[in-house]
Amino acid sequence: MLTKRIIPCLDIKDGRTVKGTNFVNLRDAGDPVALAAIYAEQGADELVFLDITATVDERKTLIELVRNVAHTINIPFTVGGGISSVADVSALLNAGADKISINSSAVRNPQLVNELALEFGSQCIVVAIDTRYVNGEHIVHTYGGRRPTALRTIAWAKEVEDRGAGEILLTSMDTDGTKAGFAIKLTAQISGSANIPVIASGGAGLMEHFVDVFTTGKADAGLAASIFHFKEIDIPVLKRYLQENGVEMRL
Amino acid sequence: MKTVIIKYNAGNVQSVMYALERLGASYLLTDDEAEIRSADKVIFPGVGEASTAMAYLRERGLDKLIPSLKQPVLGTCVGMQLMCRYSEENNTTCMGIFDIDVRRFPATPGFKVPHTGWNNIHSLQGPLTAGITANAYVYFVHSYAADVCPQTTAICDYIRPFSAMLHRDNFYAAQFHTEISGDTGQRILDNFLNLQHGQAK
Repeated sequence: MLTKRIIPCLDIKDGRTVKGTNFVNLRDAGDPVALAAIYAEQGADELVFLDITATVDERKTLIELVRNVAHTINIPFTVGGGISSVADVSALLNAGADKISINSSAVRNPQLVNELALEFGSQCIVVAIDTRYVNGEHIVHTYGGRRPTALRTIAWAKEVEDRGAGEILLTSMDTDGTKAGFAIKLTAQISGSANIPVIASGGAGLMEHFVDVFTTGKADAGLAASIFHFKEIDIPVLKRYLQENGVEMRL
Repeated sequence: MKTVIIKYNAGNVQSVMYALERLGASYLLTDDEAEIRSADKVIFPGVGEASTAMAYLRERGLDKLIPSLKQPVLGTCVGMQLMCRYSEENNTTCMGIFDIDVRRFPATPGFKVPHTGWNNIHSLQGPLTAGITANAYVYFVHSYAADVCPQTTAICDYIRPFSAMLHRDNFYAAQFHTEISGDTGQRILDNFLNLQHGQAK
């Protein structure tokens, strides 16, 4: 049976992980390659690297990092952040990334989704959607969730699927950082109507939250960062818990 | 030992090259006939669309070369599909190494297409799954699949049972991505690299 996926997310700046981690067995807590290897070993189903820098020099550092990660781990990983052209994607895929994720650049130029899907195949194009509930509506935001756009989240999710996205990474800015649970209702609405996988992100604090997002929320994958980095939730324990609660896992 | 990855227009093979490096295998990425013929092992990967890939293979005569190879050949993902008879993807005649057609997953409520993520394989047969336990998980991303047939050596269930692996003579194939399928994928790739010629029958 196709399993649900658990995806740790690593924020990268200048080739290093940004947020601290709580892995005592990790000599250099800022080394994304070592952290990636630990997560792969622990049974993470996939990894996401989010580059929060944008200068040309730092992009070169990112490419080098992608190469090292690809060389080290044997599970799929996605790279996102600052990607806005076919050339950007080509460089990352050639360095060994399995998928790339675009966000603001897709909002600015929706045709980019079509171009990338045509050039590289839908299977490696993830569209990240940051959403916030404003005046009774779910609205797409860009620039790390700071800037509202004119797009409605549910319609935009449908549009990127039609344009050839292979997956949607849905982050609720309302729940992100709260540790009070994922945005279940919105995730269910989007995943229920989409024919492509939806990765839910934002709000994970307890193992129960993952059960909720996979059952009621109909998510295909659950993504989180700090709860894994600070070992508040241990991936092997989480996956066993989910399996015991009827959610199919790769154990 | 000389391992060749066949170079053609079907997507990114970087992960395959890294997987070989993790196993300590040296390789050559080439579309040169002499190099391919003289290899001990040939890997035929693929990500992309079937008709475009077949057109490219025909242009370079690779569609005749690949079925004539005598050493162990491993096709993965779209590579596997191109080794079948026919693919529904843009109505494509393929190389016909395996006696089975490739069909699109029908739209089915509750099942997303492409089939994306980790799924288990069972009914394992043949040398490539030596040491792999039944229902081990591997990573899939595909919208088309070959039906189960006498050449099936591993089955996966998604919407319908389909061939996760195929084997005929010296030809082996996997629908999933061995290179990013964790330790299971690595073991399958390693088993392929360690095939003796005697086994390739």
